Amino acid sequence: MGEPAENAVVDPGLDEQIKKLTSEKIEGVITKVLTEETAARLDVYMRTCVHCGLCAEACHYCLSHDKDPRFSPVGKVKQTLWEILRRKGKVEPEFIRECARIAFTECNVCRRCSMYCPFGIDIAYLLLVVRRICSLLGVVPQYLQDTVNSHAVTSNQMWVKQDEWIDTLQWQEEDTQDEIKDARIPLDKEGAEIMYSVIGPEPKFLAQLLGNIAFIMNVAGIDWTMPSFDGWDNSNMAMYSGDCESRARIERTHDEAAFKLKVKKIVMGECGHAFRGAVYDGPKGLGWKEPPVPLIHAIQFYYELIRDGKVKIVKKFEGPVTVQDPCNVVRGRGLGKMLRYIMRAVCEDFRDVSPRFEHNYCCGAGGGVINCGPSWKSARVKGNSVKAEQLKATGAKVIITPCHNCHSGIEDIINYYKLGMHVKFFSEILVNAMEIPEELKV
Amino acid sequence: MYQFIAGPLVWIAFAVLIVGSMYRIISMLFQAKKDKVVYPYMSLRFSLRSLIHWFVPFAGVNMRRQPEMTVVTFAFHICLICTPIFLLPHNILIYRAWGISWWTLPKGVADVMTLIVVITSLIFLLRRVTSPVVKYVTSPSDYVLLAIAAAPFVTGFLAYHHVLPYKTMSVLHILSGVVMLAAIPFTRLSHMLFFVFTRSYMGSEFGAVRSSKDW
Ligand code: HEM
Ligand code: SF4
Ligand code: SF4
Repeated sequence: MGEPAENAVVDPGLDEQIKKLTSEKIEGVITKVLTEETAARLDVYMRTCVHCGLCAEACHYCLSHDKDPRFSPVGKVKQTLWEILRRKGKVEPEFIRECARIAFTECNVCRRCSMYCPFGIDIAYLLLVVRRICSLLGVVPQYLQDTVNSHAVTSNQMWVKQDEWIDTLQWQEEDTQDEIKDARIPLDKEGAEIMYSVIGPEPKFLAQLLGNIAFIMNVAGIDWTMPSFDGWDNSNMAMYSGDCESRARIERTHDEAAFKLKVKKIVMGECGHAFRGAVYDGPKGLGWKEPPVPLIHAIQFYYELIRDGKVKIVKKFEGPVTVQDPCNVVRGRGLGKMLRYIMRAVCEDFRDVSPRFEHNYCCGAGGGVINCGPSWKSARVKGNSVKAEQLKATGAKVIITPCHNCHSGIEDIINYYKLGMHVKFFSEILVNAMEIPEELKV
Repeated sequence: MYQFIAGPLVWIAFAVLIVGSMYRIISMLFQAKKDKVVYPYMSLRFSLRSLIHWFVPFAGVNMRRQPEMTVVTFAFHICLICTPIFLLPHNILIYRAWGISWWTLPKGVADVMTLIVVITSLIFLLRRVTSPVVKYVTSPSDYVLLAIAAAPFVTGFLAYHHVLPYKTMSVLHILSGVVMLAAIPFTRLSHMLFFVFTRSYMGSEFGAVRSSKDW
């Protein structure tokens, strides 16, 4: 249970939806998930956990709430799955609401606790099973469900229509041409080396980031393309809502766009959850170990550009800068070293964080929690005071977050804890630091 | 009665332990097929890498963050497993039954190790009632498990030192040992069986898929 104030959060996705539940329905769904959809992992994890509480040390919610046991990883499993298993699915609608609150808004499925539990129990997986049960019962925070609905209808997260998408790209192409001669955002170029994909919010709110990548691609002389059709959005909110069917469909659409364009690989923008969806958790859900089309994150792409001299740094970013290791790309795929390489290459005064790399604290956003919407924001930010302390200790004025969710999550933290810092994507400092060759200057 | 307890019942307990453990492990291996990702993810190299880091005291971050627990846990488990195996009286029994024996612990050392199990069990108990995080997730079964694990050591110590009537204590000692052995496959003591598997899986997932460390 959260603080009294958090209990009172109004969310029609939970409050209204539980009114439609009956005990038979709940029991049926739980039985289905426990017998048909889960197997050895759930069973062994539940039987192996010795209730030692050592995982509490891992969780930013628990650390930020003065080690309140309700926020410890095992404490969250106790409040949800233990009860569900003990009562063999015979639980009330009100209990399902509790489960939804805990699994969707009090665990960001960041997997830090798997590195602190001596058995390596995957608590995030257990809470994703709870989300799955809630999703099948239709009890999902309204904002999160809306993004999933958008995925289902439009194949992107933000209800962006195809003409809006193309318009935005053209607009950004024109803007880039103000700086780079004949800059292009090539659409649907078959056989290009690279397909670049982004998350839905980029065309919707952050079109400048599309301009940035156009700038970088044109200067570096990359053979690239973007799809004008469905599959351009690499995000996957269904992965977090527990809608496994949509999750699989979204990943397929993204992969198929790359197949249609016959590209050699996909490069994706600075987003962590999208990377998780496209590179490991999405394919995992489809029963694949690796994605069918090679796929790299922007961090690795920038790293290769800088390392190979395709992009030259001429004017390093001034002032103290620190960085966020997004769980989904650093704990999730080990890109922490490359991230530091590019940070040092582009910043004069890089201040590292502690803890860092896979031990970094989660932003509290990119596991679906931020997508639960504004009504849960206060709980999310209060549940991450350790992040504020960690960032403050660096003395930096700017923090680079190579992930959209970290970006928004940390911005909220900075505002709430009055840290006086600014959040930026890496591309924002890269475009100002890199050289524009004479022949490309306008 | 004593004959039965000291003889066939002990063999039955070992049989339950071995057959039960095999049953649990084999059914897990079958179940793991349904979890489509488990087998493809498994990697010997990364499993061993993870196991080594979790079998060596203080090799992992959390073990360093909670040093008291690390010392207590390692002391508890090492003594719990080694004392009965290398105890002279146990060896004599095995020698009488099968004609084989092995290295044994000096008497004083065995005594100390037994006491370590008892003391660390008490520390676990204390932690369960005082630490809010642990208390919150404690159910009666946790006390029962702790009692099952500690009982053979308490009774063995009392019997050996004739603190209480020898005959009664040794019957209690054997019975508690029997309960512990038979409980391993069917209670959360089965963490002994599954530790290697859960750790290997997480080690493989972190190493082979996530290119990062899990300690
Ligand atoms: C190689 C085999 C084993 C391994 C790797 C292992 C590992 C662990 C670990 C990692 C913990 C959690 C950390 C802690 O609470 O200290 C633990 C707890 C525990 N283990 Fe084991 N264990 C093994 C065998 C056993 C056996 C044979 C018993 C007893 C029959 C046992 C009894 C316990 C108990 C009672 C606890 C819980 C302590 C508490 O109340 O917090 N373990 N074990
Ligand atoms: S938020 Fe992260 S550390 Fe906390 S329980 Fe969830 S996965 Fe574990
Ligand atoms: S650290 Fe692992 S075994 Fe201990 S309570 Fe947490 S999940 Fe359970």
